[in-house]
Amino acid sequence: MGLVIERQRNILDFALSSLARRKGKNIALVLVYAVLVLLLASVMFFTHALRKQAVLVLQDAPAMVIQRMAAGRHDLIPGRYADAIRGVRGVSGVRGRLWGYYFDPVVSANYTLLVPEQTAPDPGTIVIGEGVSRARAAFPGDILPIRGYDGQLVYLTISAVFPSSSELVSSDLMLLTEQDYRRLFNLPAGLYTDIVLDVRNSREVPTVAAKIVKLLPDTRPITRSEVLRTYDSIFDWRSGIVVVILSAALLAFVIFAWDKASGLSAEEKKEIGVLKAIGWETADVLWLKFWEGTIISLTAFLAGTALAYVHVFLTPAALFEPVLKGWSTLYPRFRLIPEIDPYQVATLFFLTVVPYTVATVIPSWRAATIDPDAVMRS
Amino acid sequence: MRRSSLFICLIAVLTAVLAALFVHAGVLRSGGRLALSEQAEMVRQYGLTDLCIFTEARYTRHPSQADLHTAFQDHPLSLEHFPSGSLLPPPQPLKEHYGPRD
Repeated sequence: MGLVIERQRNILDFALSSLARRKGKNIALVLVYAVLVLLLASVMFFTHALRKQAVLVLQDAPAMVIQRMAAGRHDLIPGRYADAIRGVRGVSGVRGRLWGYYFDPVVSANYTLLVPEQTAPDPGTIVIGEGVSRARAAFPGDILPIRGYDGQLVYLTISAVFPSSSELVSSDLMLLTEQDYRRLFNLPAGLYTDIVLDVRNSREVPTVAAKIVKLLPDTRPITRSEVLRTYDSIFDWRSGIVVVILSAALLAFVIFAWDKASGLSAEEKKEIGVLKAIGWETADVLWLKFWEGTIISLTAFLAGTALAYVHVFLTPAALFEPVLKGWSTLYPRFRLIPEIDPYQVATLFFLTVVPYTVATVIPSWRAATIDPDAVMRS
Repeated sequence: MRRSSLFICLIAVLTAVLAALFVHAGVLRSGGRLALSEQAEMVRQYGLTDLCIFTEARYTRHPSQADLHTAFQDHPLSLEHFPSGSLLPPPQPLKEHYGPRD
């Protein structure tokens, strides 16, 4: 056993010396390789953590939201719809919900206005999210003017700011009373943005949804499971432009690595010939090439994965921020809770380390099986 | 020192760093449970349906509540142009329905 280990260490020594002879080229290769692993691992870590957090946070979202559709668009829903829905068997806790958007021309940001069913603020006051507070430099006790439907400013006093730890759900949120909301948007009594409801038996949700659509054909139910599945698929790392860009980078690297690993240069072929001529066996040459591939790919994998963790969970994911921000003026500052799926790390390992190592070994095997004299003369 | 010893040390250090980060993830996860439960409580209390990630458009702020034709916004030639739209697949409700839509 000791002999085998010593033999492998000798081959490893030789492989490292061989790589050191082309130091610049190989260091550049490890760096490019590590950056690629960093990008791939960052996307995987980021999306997995966000998806997991969304599922945990939104598991208490309303069981069903009923929207009224008019000409294919979401429209206000009359309170009588709620009365009709209450008659559907299995339904409970039917209530109209008031929420909407407000574009703030001062900072060009969109806010979400919501009337809470319980714990509503006092009339004339609002509770705002940390993002709104940051954008407007507004704090508890300050007065925030909001332009109403008629162009008149409505002055609301900030009673509280949501804690920054809740920014992922509340950054752009503004809570206000029903009367202030209706006054701002000239919304007549009896009209709501949508209706939310609970279903006593969760297995009956699809049946209840179908009954509601039959009863009120101009409505559209959105169930909690659909909400969760939306978030499950939103950051699916296989979808979207990030992966398109990454795929291009990955393809460029594959071509580069394939060219580097598989196209043995005349010098490398000669080296194999010399090694065989001085008594190395084919297996030794293959071990040498295996170690050369492993040194580069394993170093790049470990360094890239560790850097990806630091990038996503210990810094504000600076590489993704410009894409995620888009045109949003109000961008929530949130720190993701690290969720690492060992299966994903294993997949990344097999996608990055194994192909490169195999691509190094196979062409060498061809060269190593040819007569050393022929290899050196060619 | 042999080159192989240096390489083995490097790999051992990198593996230890990676293992330490996994442990770090576990520690942060247990610490983050409180923040998560606070957020979940807000979702329950206010009946929220979406995460506040992209605030630039209705359908990116509330993708689960988006209209069926959100990519076209307000009229048929108003094509999707927000950068985050490139990240979002079609909303899930677009794929399933409980009754005829015509």
